[in-house]
Amino acid sequence: MYRYDEFDDRFVRERVSQFRNQVERRLSGALTEDEFKPLRLQNGLYLQLHAYMLRVAVPYGTLDSRQMRQLAMIAERWDKGYGHFTTRQNIQYNWPKLADVPDILEALADVGMHAIQTSGNCIRNVTADHFAGAADDEIEDPRPTAEIVRQWSGGHPEFAFLPRKFKIAVTGSPNDRAVTKAHDIGLRMLRNSVGEPGYEVIVGGGMGRTPMVGKVIREFLPKAQLLPYLEAVLRVYNLHGRRDNKYKARIKILVHEAKLETIRAEVEDEFQRLLAEADGPTLALSPEEIARIEAYFAPPAFEKLPDADSDLDAALMADAAFRDWVETNVVGHRESGYRIVTVSLKPIGGAPGDASAEQMRTLADIAERYSLDELRVSHEQNIVLPHVRAADLPEVFACLQQADLATANIGLVSDIIACPGMDYCALATARSIPVAQEISKRFADPALAKDIGKLQIKISGCINACGHHHVGHIGILGLEKAGVESYQITLGGDATETTAIGERAGPGFAYDEVVPAIERLLDAYRALRLTDDETFLQAYRRLGAAPFKAALYPQAANGSRPAVPRTEAPRTEAPQTEAPVTTHGSQRKAAAAPGEYVFYHF
Amino acid sequence: MPIVNDNGFTDEATPAPLLSLAALESGGGDARCGLEVANDTDARDLASHFARVDLIAVTFPNFADGRGFSLARRLRALGYRGRLRAKGHVIADQYPMARACGFDEVEIDDSLAQRQPEPHWVSAAKRQGHALQARR
Repeated sequence: MYRYDEFDDRFVRERVSQFRNQVERRLSGALTEDEFKPLRLQNGLYLQLHAYMLRVAVPYGTLDSRQMRQLAMIAERWDKGYGHFTTRQNIQYNWPKLADVPDILEALADVGMHAIQTSGNCIRNVTADHFAGAADDEIEDPRPTAEIVRQWSGGHPEFAFLPRKFKIAVTGSPNDRAVTKAHDIGLRMLRNSVGEPGYEVIVGGGMGRTPMVGKVIREFLPKAQLLPYLEAVLRVYNLHGRRDNKYKARIKILVHEAKLETIRAEVEDEFQRLLAEADGPTLALSPEEIARIEAYFAPPAFEKLPDADSDLDAALMADAAFRDWVETNVVGHRESGYRIVTVSLKPIGGAPGDASAEQMRTLADIAERYSLDELRVSHEQNIVLPHVRAADLPEVFACLQQADLATANIGLVSDIIACPGMDYCALATARSIPVAQEISKRFADPALAKDIGKLQIKISGCINACGHHHVGHIGILGLEKAGVESYQITLGGDATETTAIGERAGPGFAYDEVVPAIERLLDAYRALRLTDDETFLQAYRRLGAAPFKAALYPQAANGSRPAVPRTEAPRTEAPQTEAPVTTHGSQRKAAAAPGEYVFYHF
Repeated sequence: MPIVNDNGFTDEATPAPLLSLAALESGGGDARCGLEVANDTDARDLASHFARVDLIAVTFPNFADGRGFSLARRLRALGYRGRLRAKGHVIADQYPMARACGFDEVEIDDSLAQRQPEPHWVSAAKRQGHALQARR
């Protein structure tokens, strides 16, 4: 794991003192509210519905047990005893007091952590594959690259006042677990034809109100030239990204409106100039610098172990609950005798991503004892124990059971991504967590969940799509229409290397119609699938939307008008004139559709 | 209209009249002068004038508009070695960023100078070189 050196330590300590000073200068009036806001945001502090929210950066989702224990301490001392792990591999505290924030930042700095650039119009905390360094399908560990990007982007003087936020994700595996095509820049590590390491650079992906699948701007970028190229992209974006309309200010809109070829040429021009720059600090990475960063991520001291373990086999035979958990929550490791464990933060009926201080400590203890002191936060809002010996799985399972952390549902119907929604977020237009909870309760039966199989449901409580609904196999978007919540369902989204934006199925559903709608959809899927192994997404791709729409809207399919809602709340249909909020990327209009909601995410 | 540099507020006069790019190009001649440009100016359009320009002032219409920082970097990359000034709504907290991007100084209006007096800028100036990039 990366360890802070003197630069990192000085950087975060000074940011803490700078932020204390900024709070004082806001109170004295030296900074106006407008001037203070981006400074506050760039230190991770949001003003939410009920209170401030502090978003703490977990660079590329990697933590050790000491850091996890400190997160638990902060939750207990300055919050309500829990934290919320997010879709950007970060953790949020929902109830800090403004006056306590500098002390919290100080406590974070004590364990080499901070909240810098977790919001605001800057380069955000970099994300990466949560199985990095452990996955058996990995070409190369993406964390050194992510760390290089973190060091380059942290406090970058040129890019703190961009047109809009900017997110970079890295994957070192062809099986993309970092959703690189839905980021402002996605980096896919690969080797060129002569075996040199480098990146495929993807630009202009994103979710939000205008979802787009990222496009390849450079097929191969040599590793040493990463930073000059990133700097070139950011400079072109900073100079040319739209600033007249914050809903059209992301780089995806620039790429869409100016065309990829134009942006590619501009970037290439800037890139060549940066490579040629004679004086000033050079951004190109020397082999020594790359090696220095890579050394931090050298594989831990794995034992030489046989892959089979007779005790484990016996435990699997003896305990059905354990067997189910291993089947869903445990995957192979690149080292023989090791496994990757994903700990579900999605207990049946729970709030996705929440963990109590006690659970965080349990996770820290388990990581220290059984996972070579490493933990990862996944963008799916779960916690990964990357390096567990297969023989230790029964003990790990037992420890997790005691802490209510042994839910066996990874990748299944109740492993739902959900944004905080109306329960916390000032931007939300609808509840999100309670919808996830209701779905999870409806499909609580493990046999039913197993029968439904691999399924990703993702829920956002507003158009900004923090819950990644666009790339959910089933996406649920909560809007507000004439004072009532209305939930649009999208189908066929895909968050992997075959990224696809889900297609909107039809008119929205009232809050209490969502679970029955999902039920009909999954009943239809089970009736339609070719074999038990054909997943929902595979069936959708084979059959198209029609049979699934028919299941969602049975009355419409029979040629009659949509059903009169059974609920007391009046249900308002989306007006026929409204442009679809989601369509497949290539046909996507850049302009916001008339009638779209005017909320945005800071 | 205070000018701010690493030492704080200075009353050093602007060396030459500040012209717009259009005025400079239509004026002809080769008298030395200063240039004031908007932050959406293409740096490449200025390169041919570098030799006769003593000062380039890049305007900041709003502190949240960061284009001026990239324009400064580009001007330096294209070889401009004269004085470079960020002019307008730049807040003290941005002073180290402005310097790191190649600006020598900042020009602010009197009301901002009143709200953010000299000590704020001097303390900001001391934060220079403390970003993670300073490692390189």
